[in-house]
Amino acid sequence: MLKDITLGQYFPGNSVIHRLDPRTKLIITILYIAALFTASGPFAYLLVMCYMMIQVALSKIKPGIILKGLRPLVILITVTAILNMFYTPGRILVQIWVLTLTYEGIVRSVFMILRIVFLVIGSFLLTYTTSPLSLTDGLERLMGPLKRIKFPAHELSMMMSTALRFIPTLIEETDKIMSAQRARGANFDTGNFLRRAKALLPVLVPLFISAFRRADDLAVAMESRCYIGGKGRTRLTELRLTAIDFIWCAIALALLAAVIIMRVLGL
Amino acid sequence: MQDAIIRTEFLTFRYPGEDQKPGPLALDSIDLEIEKGDFVAILGHNGSGKSTLARHLNAILLPSGGKVYISGMDTVDAQLLQEIRRRVGVVFQNPDNQIVASVVEEDVAFAPENLGLPPAEIRRRVDEALKIVDMYDYRAHAPHRLSGGQKQRVAIAGVIAMRPDCIVLDEPTAMLDPKGRGEVLTTIETLNRDFGITIILITHRMEETINARRLIVMNDGKIEMDGPPAEVFPQVERLHTLGLSVPETTELIWRLRQQGLDLPLDALTPEDCAAAIYSHFDISQP
Amino acid sequence: MPIIQTEDLTYIYGPNTPFQRTALHSVSLSIEEGAFLGVIGHTGSGKSTFIQHLNGLLKPASGHVYVDGVDLASGKEAALNARFQVGLLFQYPEYQLFDETVSQDIAFGPRNMGLSEAEVEARVHDAAGFVGLEEALLSKSPFELSGGEKRRAAIAGVMAMRPRVLILDEPTAGLDPRGQEQILDNILTYKRETGATVIMVTHSMEEIARLADTIAVFKSGQIVMEGTPADIFAQGDALRDLGLAVPAVTRIAMRLAELGRPIGPCYTVKQAVSAVMALERGRPDA
Repeated sequence: MLKDITLGQYFPGNSVIHRLDPRTKLIITILYIAALFTASGPFAYLLVMCYMMIQVALSKIKPGIILKGLRPLVILITVTAILNMFYTPGRILVQIWVLTLTYEGIVRSVFMILRIVFLVIGSFLLTYTTSPLSLTDGLERLMGPLKRIKFPAHELSMMMSTALRFIPTLIEETDKIMSAQRARGANFDTGNFLRRAKALLPVLVPLFISAFRRADDLAVAMESRCYIGGKGRTRLTELRLTAIDFIWCAIALALLAAVIIMRVLGL
Repeated sequence: MQDAIIRTEFLTFRYPGEDQKPGPLALDSIDLEIEKGDFVAILGHNGSGKSTLARHLNAILLPSGGKVYISGMDTVDAQLLQEIRRRVGVVFQNPDNQIVASVVEEDVAFAPENLGLPPAEIRRRVDEALKIVDMYDYRAHAPHRLSGGQKQRVAIAGVIAMRPDCIVLDEPTAMLDPKGRGEVLTTIETLNRDFGITIILITHRMEETINARRLIVMNDGKIEMDGPPAEVFPQVERLHTLGLSVPETTELIWRLRQQGLDLPLDALTPEDCAAAIYSHFDISQP
Repeated sequence: MPIIQTEDLTYIYGPNTPFQRTALHSVSLSIEEGAFLGVIGHTGSGKSTFIQHLNGLLKPASGHVYVDGVDLASGKEAALNARFQVGLLFQYPEYQLFDETVSQDIAFGPRNMGLSEAEVEARVHDAAGFVGLEEALLSKSPFELSGGEKRRAAIAGVMAMRPRVLILDEPTAGLDPRGQEQILDNILTYKRETGATVIMVTHSMEEIARLADTIAVFKSGQIVMEGTPADIFAQGDALRDLGLAVPAVTRIAMRLAELGRPIGPCYTVKQAVSAVMALERGRPDA
């Protein structure tokens, strides 16, 4: 299951979405999430979902990958669905023992599921189409004005991009360490919560030590390549806003506006 | 030496020991001069001081005593640090822990970005560096998916992008399989031969040093041997006591010489070895 | 009866995903008790995947794995026992050390076996003895040890389970010649004193030539060659086609044969010296 975690994974491509400025992508993702949470009626949901599906299609990311990314959430989705189905007051449809299934409950759980799924799709699409470095670059640029009040925008974004870069490496290492400890008879799959937590010690300790060692090595390697912090740093790809960026921002703003109006109108 | 790109004078170093006291001597008064354009290999067992020496060459470590000069610049001078590090690039042993970015070309761009170069120039250097190490086709790939040899070549490209005068490689092949080792060694030789970059290769595997022009063997923080491979390789017994093992070719010739056969000690490759043995038998035929 | 046997062992990575790949194709291998089996092959040829089946870490997609006659698929207990009877040491095992003291870490395996504290302590001391770790080091934190000592501590951790089969994945990777000698020595000591079967995956042809009784060559998830070192290294051309090397002395022998002065098949320096000397003694003017 560890290998299924696609968080932080970047899938290079040349689609319209890939080519958007990272700042644009960050902004439209925020606007999209706001729209998703403001939507209350079926038409609003439909609008938001269509927007996202168009975006996914334009990004040329294979649907299989999106589905794979949703797999870890199956449990969360199921629990949410059940809780909402059986604990929402309203018109009773079926009564099984203490569980009351209501019409409102079904409606609510459908909306909840859609919201979670599309929230995740929207967020993942951001990282799938934007390399971690451009994401953090975009963030750094957006936070730029804060540098005037000594906010460590560059340092934060460097920390974030390094962390994202190491996620796949550390996942691989965790797998290796777990296999090695299993080979000595360790068991991570049985027992109650407390037992399993304790059993993870032979994995977490080496992992942490290794992470610190990597950090040390990386720092030396970075300094050896003349890294002295953010001052005077330039970029391989300059962030440049084009017409398409403004158009997409306008579309995302329009989406949010439409959803707000629909909410007022009860759609 | 007129064209010394690296010069050390009485270089001494101690790592910090326990309780804030200085530890044992890691480098014991090293005097070394390295000529521009040379291909030098520094050999030694683990703990001999070779990696410690490497880290003084781009001022990652500063001397406890003595001096290190890079193209005449004293490594202790904080003002010159950036320039020193630009001129002497270092590639390390662990391929993973040198990669900063999630995309190959972004990683190679790291050094030029730090140097504040304009984007067009960065692009030029990145493409050039990737082509030299033969990884241009992988420029949009994720580095963590590459093989060890490919990762190290990307690391080398990242250093080339600074246009250094000298590249120090600290056991670059230690964690690689034979294929990866071959790729890295070929790249290093190309850099020295075709681009005139001074190469300092730190290793404990003697087979990798056959094409170096100068071998320096270290032990206990001191330089024990210094000469071309043909001079150093044959000293089999001495190399053994210094914790190194000679390649099988050299060992074979040496043992045969011990049995009385007059074979040349500078036959370093299997082909040379076979040729030497063949000549020995061939000459004596009427 | 062979101590380990695989029958048509097949393993598939990522079944039913876009990343599906058959890592092992119907591999059948019989390993006799007390043998020293060398496993060679490219990175990605399936050797690491294969050895992880032998102690039950991985389960085949199809086919069977028998340890001491017991099918590992016959139940949870069979698989768990296999962990302890077949000790598997991964590459760079020093990165798995975790406990407060070296002796606690070495005790991890025996404790998981459910042995009494007295027995666990005895095992720890035995294991430390096999790898030459002094008493004084046992009470230290594993992170205070040197690189070579850490590796030996990790190996001791597996030896403490007293497995009948010891599988090592590149045990000398990243070590200098002295370190390599030491580890190989430790392995042979363990084998000699417990009569264990040893399976060693390595890229070093010279290591295999010196230590193995049988060799299995992997390529693309299959065993393409199997036999004694004499058998395998006699097929120099086949090995070259597989992208694998032969020991340096074998290359010398092959070249001499090409030149018209064959010395017979050789794969260790000792053999080559004898062969050349035999030729020398047979000369009319000797």
